[in-house]
Amino acid sequence: MSDGFIELRGIRKVFSGVVALDAMSLVIKPGEIHCLAGENGSGKSTVIKIMSGVYQPDGGEILIDGRPIPAMTPIEAIAHGVQVIYQDFSLFGNLTVAENLAMNVHLGEKRRLMNWRRTRAIAREAVDRLGVELDLDAEVASLPTAGKQLVAIARALMSDARLIIMDEPTTALTRKEVETLFRIVRDIQARGIAILFVSHKMREMLEISERITVIRNGRKVAEGPTGDFDEALITRHMTGGDILNEPYAWNPPPGRAPAPRLEIRGLTVPGKCEGLDLAIRPGEIVGLSGLLGSGRTDLALALFGMVPRYEGEILIDGAPVRLRTTQEAIDAGIAYVPEDRLTEGLFLPQSIKRNMLATSYERLARKLVIDRSQAEEMTQGMVRAMQIATPTAEKPVMQLSGGNQQRVVLARWLLTDARVLILNGPTVGVDVGSKAEIHAKIRELAQHHGLAVLMISDDVLELVQNCNRIVLMHRGRFIEDLPAAAVTEETVSDRLKTFT
Amino acid sequence: MALLRRSETVIAGILLLAMVLIGTINPAFWQLDNLFSLMRSNVIIGIMAMGVLLVLISGGIDVSFPAFAVAAMYLTIKGMLALGYNGVVLPLLAATIMGLAFGAVNGFFVYKFRMIPLIVTLGTSAMVRGFLLGVVGTSMININKMPTALIEFARTDVVTVAKPDGTTYGLTAMVLIYLGLALAMHLVLRHTMIGRSAYALGGDPEAARRAGFDLRKTIFFIYCVAGALAGFAGLLHSGMIWLANPRDFVGLELDVIAAVVLGGASIFGGRGSVLGTMLGVFMLVMVKNSLIIMRVDTTWQLVVVGLIVIAATALSAWRDRRRAA
Repeated sequence: MSDGFIELRGIRKVFSGVVALDAMSLVIKPGEIHCLAGENGSGKSTVIKIMSGVYQPDGGEILIDGRPIPAMTPIEAIAHGVQVIYQDFSLFGNLTVAENLAMNVHLGEKRRLMNWRRTRAIAREAVDRLGVELDLDAEVASLPTAGKQLVAIARALMSDARLIIMDEPTTALTRKEVETLFRIVRDIQARGIAILFVSHKMREMLEISERITVIRNGRKVAEGPTGDFDEALITRHMTGGDILNEPYAWNPPPGRAPAPRLEIRGLTVPGKCEGLDLAIRPGEIVGLSGLLGSGRTDLALALFGMVPRYEGEILIDGAPVRLRTTQEAIDAGIAYVPEDRLTEGLFLPQSIKRNMLATSYERLARKLVIDRSQAEEMTQGMVRAMQIATPTAEKPVMQLSGGNQQRVVLARWLLTDARVLILNGPTVGVDVGSKAEIHAKIRELAQHHGLAVLMISDDVLELVQNCNRIVLMHRGRFIEDLPAAAVTEETVSDRLKTFT
Repeated sequence: MALLRRSETVIAGILLLAMVLIGTINPAFWQLDNLFSLMRSNVIIGIMAMGVLLVLISGGIDVSFPAFAVAAMYLTIKGMLALGYNGVVLPLLAATIMGLAFGAVNGFFVYKFRMIPLIVTLGTSAMVRGFLLGVVGTSMININKMPTALIEFARTDVVTVAKPDGTTYGLTAMVLIYLGLALAMHLVLRHTMIGRSAYALGGDPEAARRAGFDLRKTIFFIYCVAGALAGFAGLLHSGMIWLANPRDFVGLELDVIAAVVLGGASIFGGRGSVLGTMLGVFMLVMVKNSLIIMRVDTTWQLVVVGLIVIAATALSAWRDRRRAA
């Protein structure tokens, strides 16, 4: 066991009474690509911060090259060659690539003057060492995410790194950029530098790593060569149970087909989509997919009253409605969970309660003052119903995990007595366990509450597993309306690829 | 191509366009004596703008410098009169040090209590003005009492030209002081680590901390330099107008901030240059000067300056968004 470059032994870390890590062990061998897998909140970030000296462990030891390090500090970690690339990259967007790269060298040498020629030379060397093309004079803010990441990697490599820790490095990258990143990671490895990949994306872990360590609730639950793992096994370790993947079956009550909850006739948003017809019956979950710019989000926005200049007819339970404002849409019983719930759907620093009640205050304040006891009752009921993991509804939403945040958004809409639920990318950035729970919740809402659900997603598998019908959209028109039982992930993906 | 994309090139282009336009409306604009007088009007605003530029780059804002300038100026001249001292270098040094000390107070609150610079500088500004008028005095010191050495110094010209009617006019040597200070600020910003740390702080404070910048040093440096420049400019100003008025410089913060933003500095921090600022100062002074020549009421001049602040800020915000996209 002492062949590791860095080793954590029985690490324990407690934050104000809450155990974040307990008996956590991790060995990273020199020059290996290691994956640390775990759900949000499993303790991954705490492990990173302990390895980089930001946090001091409350128990256990850290060994580097087999020798115990009594008190790891950030400076000591860097001196031992441990470099962390944070999710936000910690770069200066207003400065050039060259200056960003050379900054640490200048600071390390405690220089007083700025030597621009030397700055360029240092940066040139760093970029060459990484073997990539980067415009040294470009402002970092003007680079795409992948470019910023390259700058961060190049900077980490400059300081004779022996281990580079990458925190969720693929989050904002396209598939092609991920491939480039992986090529660079293998390049770095070829020089004998170890890489710790911290992620919750299964496919990527299996593709890039040599060994995997899975943690759950602050403990190591599995460790071994990547060849011993598959997606199902990692998922089981990460969540502590199997996740059912049964397709959603919609069974209309026998005899009479119920009237559509939501019906649109000839819906047109000038320049975005044209002549759309769709009917969703109570209990149906209809998937909607298409390339970016296909008009799918425009349809959702029109249904939520955010495109007042739409043409055509919208009917809720057979009654025509005119949706010119979001208030009219809410009153008509339409709920919309936006794509980016963090920026569009939630007030992050505010409490769970306030977030849940955000659309209900008008009803709560019939007599000008808010009915506090009713507000309390509604919130408590929803926290229970949605199984939100929190001791109190007063907790700020930003302290919740992605999955719990998504549940708060859903809860808000349920409180408005919504009849139509429109979900745009319902599980983007949510880990596997929470994803399954959200899916289960959506199914339950459709089945037991008779909601009509329109689920917009890029994740074809998500649609195939959770919808009873899938509608494909392209250039503002509906191209196909497929029963989910008759398709697989592959057939739908292939069909989408023919759209250009 | 790279030259065309630079903010300074764009500002210089707009400035030239505005000069041609103003020159067409009022041909007297291009006369040498008008241009000399314009440059003279650049000096004080320009020196103060150098300090404000530094503060803006670091992501802060300073509205206290006019108060510091007037306090340093009035206290120095009061002191000179009380001591019967008549000189130039020592008083200027004293005013600069006073400004620096006031600036250190700003730096202390901004660094120690992580307070918003706008609130800190609003507070120190009000306190300094209040103390000055309440404790030191409210009476103006006129030409008959002003130290003659200061006036003589400020009257130095670089070149003197005689008009056909025998009167003379010249370009004040104070322009050289302004240019020298601007050059020094340029060197500090571009070629010293403390200058780069201001950019880093304005770009991303958290990243600056992680990178290992000594932010305490940076913040104190920024606000001390801004205060020192204000103190220096304040005393120089009184020498140039032969008057020490303890109620001077009211509303000047708007003009100077407008000029700096007009010169391409970002109100959100991280961007700005000395050259751009000098162009911005020139533009603002020129516009105000033309309004006076065109006999536009001072109240309407305020409206124009306000418009310039908003338009220039909107433009730079739009530019920064496009860069980030």
